[in-house]
Amino acid sequence: MKFPFMPFLHRISSPPRFYRMACRWIPRLGWTGLIFMLVGLVWGLGFAPPDYQQGNAFRIMYIHVPSAWLSLFIYTVMAVSAVIAFVWRIKLAEVMIIANAPIGATFTFLALVTGSIWGKPMWGTYWVWDPRLTFELILLFQYFGVIALYTAITDRRVGARAAAILAMVGIVTVPIVHYSVVWWSSLHQGSSFKTLDNPAIAWSMLVPLLIMFIGTNLFYLAVVFLRSRNELLLREKQTAWVGEILDKGV
Amino acid sequence: MDAVMYMIRRELLLAFRQRAELVNALLFYSFIVVLFPLAIGANAKLIATVAPAIIWVAALLSVLLSIDRTFRSDFEDGTLEQLILSDHPLSLLVLGKILAHWLVSGVPLLVLTPLLTLFLGLDAGSSKVLMLTLLLGTPVLSAAGAIGVALTVGLRRGGILLALLVLPMYIPVLLFATVMVAHAKAGAPVAADLSMLIAFLILAITLAPLPTAAALKVSVS
Repeated sequence: MKFPFMPFLHRISSPPRFYRMACRWIPRLGWTGLIFMLVGLVWGLGFAPPDYQQGNAFRIMYIHVPSAWLSLFIYTVMAVSAVIAFVWRIKLAEVMIIANAPIGATFTFLALVTGSIWGKPMWGTYWVWDPRLTFELILLFQYFGVIALYTAITDRRVGARAAAILAMVGIVTVPIVHYSVVWWSSLHQGSSFKTLDNPAIAWSMLVPLLIMFIGTNLFYLAVVFLRSRNELLLREKQTAWVGEILDKGV
Repeated sequence: MDAVMYMIRRELLLAFRQRAELVNALLFYSFIVVLFPLAIGANAKLIATVAPAIIWVAALLSVLLSIDRTFRSDFEDGTLEQLILSDHPLSLLVLGKILAHWLVSGVPLLVLTPLLTLFLGLDAGSSKVLMLTLLLGTPVLSAAGAIGVALTVGLRRGGILLALLVLPMYIPVLLFATVMVAHAKAGAPVAADLSMLIAFLILAITLAPLPTAAALKVSVS
């Protein structure tokens, strides 16, 4: 069986090539992401019309929704990397698990905090033991578990394999968080955005949200490249290509 | 199948020879249960209300304490390497270990619980439902805990890490079990909660041995 993009994947999974690619893409992704985030934030916080029920309080959505989406997306990326790392033992995939975990934990934390701040004026409480909130909290603990397990094991490759197993087992939480508002009657509102044809919110509110989505995702990609590049250098510090980079002086 | 039965027999024999450890886990369980009423004070009504939660939290913690034994001693004396090298699939042997752990620590816990619910002043109806949730839930605790132990068995001080890895997996069981007791008490239908607990049980028994076996191979390498 032959996939058209297989040669590309093989090239990318070689550490020196990945390093060079990451060096090229980090500034591009990072700056574009920042610009998008800035535009989205100013538009969302300053110019989008207030909600007819929630007033101005809904504006925290422009941070909350992208963070919550990333908390799930990053876990999925991490679990897919874990499968690749576990089955094919590709070094880059192992690095990806570890590079993703702290970023995912940060966005999960951000989603929980912004959600609490949003919950206080809307629900009258910072926290309820609602399925969506509870499982998002479990997701945060799972990220911590992956990080803690990896750091507890001195051998990086063994650590990454152990963390991979844990990440794969934990993937069950992701669909539970995603569908929790559908399965249970929940205090948390349902998704406002399902398809582009028929969004549940007005376009004037949706456009800045979409811009924030693009911005935060680009920002995430830049950070994940940054972290995986550092992790690769640390792991490969004995090899010739890292030596060359060190000799040149970055 | 013979291998699973052999594994269970061996574990039961080992546990019988080290009865003190078994008793310690049960003492720990009853101590936690006793601590709550002491901390809450003389408010019998409140204690009876939170009794299912107390029992479940105590069960989680005592399983967390005893689960570490499943692989640690085998890891230390080299038995684990022999098990990995044997002809039988490691996940089947692991299944035997999980079942044996449940027989050794889960069943005595179940036997002790009616007495403790009596102390906590839980009414007989809720007590029966609580027993049912424990019967369905404790094997899940053993199975999910085995994954965590297999991941941390190679570490010298894995205790706190084990709690961090395993407790998130225990939360769904805890949630549905305590909700089921509350629903039964309020006279609401419990079929949905019951189905979820049974689903957890089936999933845990069938799937948990696979990552556990994989993790054991990583830990031994």
